[in-house]
Amino acid sequence: MEILVILVPLALMLGGAGLAAFFWSLRSGQYDDLDGAAWRAIADDDPPPQEAPAKR
Amino acid sequence: MQVTRDFSHYVRAAGAGVQHIDLAVEGVHCAGCMAKIERGLSAIPDVTLARVNLTDRRVALEWKEGTLDPARFIDRLEELGYKAYPYETESAEATEVAESRFLLRCLGVAAFATMNVMMLSIPVWSGNVSDMLPEQRDFFHWLSALIALPAAAYAGQPFFRSAWRALSNKTTNMDVPISIGVCLALGMSVVETINHAEHAYFDAAIMLLTFLLVGRFLDQNMRRRTRAVAGNLAALKAETAAKFVGPDEITQVPVAAINPGDIVLLRPGERCAVDGTVIEGRSEIDQSLITGETLYVTADHGTPVYAGSMNISGTLRVRVSAASEATLLAEITRLLDNALAARSRYMRLADRASRLYAPVVHATALITVLGWVIAGASWHDAIITGVAVLIITCPCALGLAIPTVQTVASGAMFKAGVLLNSGDAVERLAEADHVIFDKTGTLTLPDLEVTNAADIPADIFELAGRLALSSHHPVAAAVAQAAGAKSPIVGAVEEAGQGVRAVVEGVEVRLGRPSFCGAEALVAHATLDPEASVVAFSKGDEKFILSVRQGLRPDAQAVIAALKDRNIGVEILSGDREPAVIAAAHALGIAEWRAGVTPADKIARIEELKRRGTKVLMVGDGMNDAPSLAAAHVSMSPISAAHLSQATADLVFLGRPLAPVVAAIDSARKALHLMRQNLWLAIAYNVLAVPVAISGVVTPLIAAAAMSGSSILVMLNSLRARSASREIV
Repeated sequence: MEILVILVPLALMLGGAGLAAFFWSLRSGQYDDLDGAAWRAIADDDPPPQEAPAKR
Repeated sequence: MQVTRDFSHYVRAAGAGVQHIDLAVEGVHCAGCMAKIERGLSAIPDVTLARVNLTDRRVALEWKEGTLDPARFIDRLEELGYKAYPYETESAEATEVAESRFLLRCLGVAAFATMNVMMLSIPVWSGNVSDMLPEQRDFFHWLSALIALPAAAYAGQPFFRSAWRALSNKTTNMDVPISIGVCLALGMSVVETINHAEHAYFDAAIMLLTFLLVGRFLDQNMRRRTRAVAGNLAALKAETAAKFVGPDEITQVPVAAINPGDIVLLRPGERCAVDGTVIEGRSEIDQSLITGETLYVTADHGTPVYAGSMNISGTLRVRVSAASEATLLAEITRLLDNALAARSRYMRLADRASRLYAPVVHATALITVLGWVIAGASWHDAIITGVAVLIITCPCALGLAIPTVQTVASGAMFKAGVLLNSGDAVERLAEADHVIFDKTGTLTLPDLEVTNAADIPADIFELAGRLALSSHHPVAAAVAQAAGAKSPIVGAVEEAGQGVRAVVEGVEVRLGRPSFCGAEALVAHATLDPEASVVAFSKGDEKFILSVRQGLRPDAQAVIAALKDRNIGVEILSGDREPAVIAAAHALGIAEWRAGVTPADKIARIEELKRRGTKVLMVGDGMNDAPSLAAAHVSMSPISAAHLSQATADLVFLGRPLAPVVAAIDSARKALHLMRQNLWLAIAYNVLAVPVAISGVVTPLIAAAAMSGSSILVMLNSLRARSASREIV
């Protein structure tokens, strides 16, 4: 059961990484336009050259 | 006189030499629109960002400072086929957005914590029946505590704050039992972990928060979305005024950029966007949006005018006054304040349920503890069992029962063209059993229509429509619209206060006052609708008369019939004159009506109905309706209503038909039914689960299963509110 010493912190770290990724996506405005994002994925044209860094 | 458009009010700096503006755009529906707009705007040199938000129907634009005029973007969008106008984030919407983000963050924290705690709990549950060492179990419990305690402290904030607010106001709401349940479950679990016990309830507590946050977030998101749409509609009305920036120079500026003391120009056919006093000029104005009166009023030096008045014939210079100076407005504001203060604080269904629920649950837990002690159990075991009762009854399903239905129902209403202004409007609307309609602008359409188009030869009518395009007069606009005219007649001349004339194929054509067209004799002999305005049209020696009036909403009659079918009383209270009201009441088959009523009379009538126990739905649009909208049990306004009324109304409906009124009542009734059903489901669950908890055999596994089972059942039941009946009338 010594393996727990490695596995438990690893599990916690992975969970923490997931949460951090969620916070990052929230902060970078990825939930601001859910309808638009669904369409952007299938837009067949090249995006305009000044593709937006969504900052706010 | 030179006219420029000034949008600098909306432009803000977005860091290093870049300026930013948000535009509300009408008619963006799909990926094609998005790509078209973004490419079209990015093609303008010096634009650094053009991004469409499809959810909110807005475009964010950034460009190098000082290189471009925002008016250019609006023109470009118009070329692309979209109507756009700068949008200013209201503080109310900004708060909703911030709140929505906060809830999403809480939900994220709670969901991640739940997943990780579950990952630790499942080995413990299975280990309890196999070969787990007590030390390992304690270790897992401590890890769960490490995750669950900080997560609950963060994600529980919305509930703890609301519960604290309620308790410090000496009331109680659903968040009080939730907070008590979560805190006790966590506290007991820590104590149990210290004592090396077999069971800890970290998973149940954090899972409860996750489920409840889902409900809260959905509710909040729906409200945010409604607010965004309402904000866009307000922006797209593009309320501007022509402000004098020099003795002879005017600039078209947004209303928000106008201050008391400024002087604005009001041209014929324009709707006044400010409150003020006429300082120069003479004209007829249409104050129907203010007073409900459809006859025009003469305005000259010293006449007060209000936002929403339509200028008909002459050009006026208006000095903008602070809102309170105007006497009529002051009177309406005073009545409105009184009505708002007297508005009985409606107790929401959820709060009524929790007011019954909390004492019962807490008493049950206490009796359980005492019962076990009397039956000979140790205090420790008795308290553990008591806390288990609290956990199992913690109103997870109860907390979801109402917000989920509310979310689904407001989504259905949104599709039917109804926006919700206030959170508890659905419940109050479902109870309404008497509808009071205002006439002008509510039962009738706000714009004018030609009533005798069928009597006039099609080619003549079309010519009249084309000629009408050259005039700003609202009656001419109605003629042009009715005729579907697109191309104006070249060389048409407008004579102020008289009409328009032009020469077509060598024949003179005129549209305007009967005297202007030499058609007095024809008017004198015709039998005309007393409510209508008459305009004449002449082509050479041929003369015609057109009768123009505010028409009833196309489906008004069907809607009134549908309301009667539902056993809802219908009544008209109008500020307009008696003949006009009688005509409308007669056409719609409404037996009860009152004409020429003042705002105070309207409130008196509503109070009278209230005393009889009737729940009144007030539907009105005028500024004079605002106090009665506030006084009624629940209220509704068309989107064309005066600002004050729209802000006061609980619901706002879009478009020309009146059908959304019935659709909203139907959805609300269905939603209330489902809310009640959900509450019964939640109670039934408790009736089954509580005896198990009291008997002391509940394990964390049972608690988790019971809690998620009941929550999912309630959520699924709420989804039934979606299939709102579409056959309205």
